[in-house]
Amino acid sequence: MAQPGTIDPIHQFEIQKLVPINLFGFDMSFTNSALWMVIAVSVTTFVMVYGSASRSIVPGRLQSLAEMAYEFVANTLTGVTGREGMKFFPFVFSLFMFVFAANMLGMIPGSFTTTSHIIVTAAFAMLVITVVLVAGIVGHGSHFFGLFVPSGVPGWLLPFMVLIEVVSFVSRPISLSLRLFGNMLAGHIALKVFGAFVAALLGAGAAGILAPLPLLLAVALTALEFLVAFLQAYVFTILTCVYLNDALHPGH
Amino acid sequence: MRRFLASALVLSSALPAFAAESKGGFPPFNATTFAGQLFWLALTFGTLYLLMSRVALPRVGAILSEREATIESSLAQASKAQAAAEAEAQGLEQALAKAKANAQAIAQEARTKSAREIDAKRSAVEKDLAAKMVAAEASINETKAKAMANVEDIAKDAVSAIVEQLAGKAPTAAAVTKAINAARGE
Repeated sequence: MAQPGTIDPIHQFEIQKLVPINLFGFDMSFTNSALWMVIAVSVTTFVMVYGSASRSIVPGRLQSLAEMAYEFVANTLTGVTGREGMKFFPFVFSLFMFVFAANMLGMIPGSFTTTSHIIVTAAFAMLVITVVLVAGIVGHGSHFFGLFVPSGVPGWLLPFMVLIEVVSFVSRPISLSLRLFGNMLAGHIALKVFGAFVAALLGAGAAGILAPLPLLLAVALTALEFLVAFLQAYVFTILTCVYLNDALHPGH
Repeated sequence: MRRFLASALVLSSALPAFAAESKGGFPPFNATTFAGQLFWLALTFGTLYLLMSRVALPRVGAILSEREATIESSLAQASKAQAAAEAEAQGLEQALAKAKANAQAIAQEARTKSAREIDAKRSAVEKDLAAKMVAAEASINETKAKAMANVEDIAKDAVSAIVEQLAGKAPTAAAVTKAINAARGE
């Protein structure tokens, strides 16, 4: 849909098949998206597995990084859920590292941001809610559904309150997935648009004198996008912790 | 806010295109790519989860707890060593004070001992001197008596010589003694 010669801000989100694979009649091709998922996992694994391989008491650089990531996620998780939340630590940690690595790798020019596709963020959100539901029901049985029944509410108001609680619970995976998706998508589009402005102004003769303005904005936006890349991974993680806390302690 | 406007703008412009043709529409909403993305996501995230939960996290956790244990035991050791050193220092101080007291006692003893010795020596010397004085006095008296006896003899000689000179005849010793005794008797 892009005209040749113009810069299309949507082009960067296109899935390109690198190795066509067809499994059971489904298109399971190895795409640029899959490639960057593999890279994100590889980078994380390199830091965490290779970095901790020496097991030294006084850590080197890579081991410090691995320990920092471990303690950061562990502190976030225990801060919200307490000690008993640590049984979900591998899950929460993998989630944070995958989203963080994918967001950060997406900042490399020419790369692909896997988290800018709603199917990826929605899959993560559904996974989180599934874990919360399963953990809550396994841990507390029917008591888990007490989550939807606030205490100390007058009887006639209770149905409405339950309805509101159910709606709020159901909207969690939607907001969780849309927040990450929207942030990554909009940020990358904004970057591309301002980048395209610079190129367009430079090609427009005398107006080229204005080209540094969008360039400055693009630089500032890039810094902001790095912040957003970390922040959205953190927000995704801490909300996961909050939802897990509901599964661990369903009482209001 | 601008971010949401921008994405809303993009979405609204892309949606009709997506509806019109499934291929080449807004890529994140292209359902033909969903199955593949989900497949690769499950594969990669599953791998990551396995690697983290089986290998990386237990290892890092072990490193951290080992470090904590090392630091704790080192601190405990250090405080133990400090307590030992303090006890040692206290012991040394006590020993020092004891030694000082000992030294003072020894010095005191030596002082009194030497004073006593000096006193004894002085009294012995004094006694000796007194005895010598007594002996000297006795010898003086003896010499004096002897001298006195000699004086009598000299007087007798002188008397007999004077008498002989005057009378031309020496008196007898008995007469001289008698005369002298008579003169002394006056």
